[in-house]
Amino acid sequence: MEIFGVPTQALFGQLLIGLINGSFYALLSLGLAVIFGLLNIINFAHGAQYMMGAFCAYFLLEKLGLGYWWALAITPFVAGAIGIVIERLMLARLYKLDHLYGLLLTFGLALIIQGLFRNEYGTSGIPYAMPQELSGGRDLGFMFLPNYRAWVIVASVVVCLATWFVIEKTKLGSYLRAATENPALVQAFGVNVPRMITLTYGFGVALAAFAGVMAAPIYQVNPLMGADLIIVVFAVVVIGGMGSIMGSIVTGFALGLIEGLTKVFYPEASNTVIFIIMAIVLMIKPAGLFGTQR
Amino acid sequence: MKGLVSVVHELASAAARGANGLAHQRIATAVMIAFFALAPLVAYPVFLMKVMCFALFACAFNLLIGYGGLLSFGHAMFLGTAGYASAHAAKVWGFPPELAIFFGTACAASLGLVTGLLAIRRQGIYFAMITLALAQMVYFFYLQAPFTGGEDGIQAVPRGKLFGLIDLKNVWAMYSLVFAVFAGGFLLIHRAVHSPFGQVLKAIRENEPRALSLGYDVNRYKLLAYVLSATLAGLAGATKVLVFELASLTDVHWTMSGEVVLMVLLGGLGTVFGPVVGALIIISMENYLAQLGSWVTVTQGVIFVICVLTFRRGVIGELGRLIGKPL
Repeated sequence: MEIFGVPTQALFGQLLIGLINGSFYALLSLGLAVIFGLLNIINFAHGAQYMMGAFCAYFLLEKLGLGYWWALAITPFVAGAIGIVIERLMLARLYKLDHLYGLLLTFGLALIIQGLFRNEYGTSGIPYAMPQELSGGRDLGFMFLPNYRAWVIVASVVVCLATWFVIEKTKLGSYLRAATENPALVQAFGVNVPRMITLTYGFGVALAAFAGVMAAPIYQVNPLMGADLIIVVFAVVVIGGMGSIMGSIVTGFALGLIEGLTKVFYPEASNTVIFIIMAIVLMIKPAGLFGTQR
Repeated sequence: MKGLVSVVHELASAAARGANGLAHQRIATAVMIAFFALAPLVAYPVFLMKVMCFALFACAFNLLIGYGGLLSFGHAMFLGTAGYASAHAAKVWGFPPELAIFFGTACAASLGLVTGLLAIRRQGIYFAMITLALAQMVYFFYLQAPFTGGEDGIQAVPRGKLFGLIDLKNVWAMYSLVFAVFAGGFLLIHRAVHSPFGQVLKAIRENEPRALSLGYDVNRYKLLAYVLSATLAGLAGATKVLVFELASLTDVHWTMSGEVVLMVLLGGLGTVFGPVVGALIIISMENYLAQLGSWVTVTQGVIFVICVLTFRRGVIGELGRLIGKPL
């Protein structure tokens, strides 16, 4: 069977890969958007923290014999704790300065983290076995769907939607949104805004690490796995605009799909298609598809 | 009306401060020129040529952040583009060195115009992310384009004969050319910063809406600064390729964009001499600590963190504060 001269197996195969990539774009850009909303900082270390998530899963398996599911449960808390320490010790000193200093600081952190891991583990990547329960796959008639990949898509959709629900529909989320608009006023109402900021950064880092654990069985555990990815995610964020949580989720998945399609029809451009879309969006709607200029 | 008066006042006092500091800046310029003229007597000339190329690159970057308030995280694309263009022109088309450098610089300027039109649509953090993403796109283009030689780069680029007369294979001839290019670029930036154009740029950096309301076409000024910065970064990249006879992917990678940010941050954002000192420190570190291998990356990260947390004025900024004059 063929569509536009492309075998359906290849087409749907690439679309699936696109959707997987899109899951990671969505999770990471969501984390960036949440952090940016409250801290006004672009977390350049997001890619490095994603990589740390994957390594945390690897360490848990190697040193403690704890498997994938334990890693998925424990890693976000470990990473969140590290995030909280980073926020308290470093980022908290920068809030009164130009936002660009936050970018520079987290860029430095990313260099340190990636450099240390690269010194220790090289750049070749360490395989991480996927959980037994999710090995194998099923034949959908038009394509073969590995169970683990289906799980990644479902899990990231659920996590993204849950985050959206908490921020947009709950009382806690309303505090968060209010503090984004006017932190001084929210503090005057008796909400502990500094603590909220700290926890938000921790949550963003935890989200990145969660994505890292999910990525470990697919892309292997590699010290540089987040380095190039984060630049693509920046482009995703520019395309979506950071004003809206749902916007970053939708943009992430959509761009993953578009990238997959490009791999089928014009593979030479698959590395650059997201950047080209970014350029077009900047020409038409500089604030991003879902963003508001501020 | 009050706003206008205070702007005029600010500009006048800034000009006065500039005049006050100018004597010191002249002395500092003389010291810098003397340093690069005499240093090859004691240091390895290729190392010094590398320092001068990166110093010009950093000065070009500083023009944008220090005077325009725009943090570009993609300046490697200009360094690398000019490098590939001049290497290709010199090696494949047989251009003489002066034309190869000119061609490379012109290519960087054109890329600056195209990317600038996109990037200046957003400010602050977004500007940084957009320039980074555009540079990554340029990187992938060079990674795949056949003429760049992929991972190998363009090797054995001929230095050729300058104006058909001076053989640049002679290290002192090459050194003089790099020295002239660096000094020329440095003085051009100095001129631009102290011109009315530079004053408007500073006004935009301090308060964009006010500059806009005074009738300045803010976007045109920003674009001009961006293209000028790209052009000078390109000049540095094209010259560097002739020095090393090599154009490679290292020069377009995002790590290079980060490195130039680090040089300027360490030397002092928005200072005249900071980028030169920053380039000298970082390149020396890379050269003399080369045996540390990938620890260089970690060290750079640590310098970033320390600079941002406790040393935001940079070396020259602190020095200028000590003597009470801007350097």
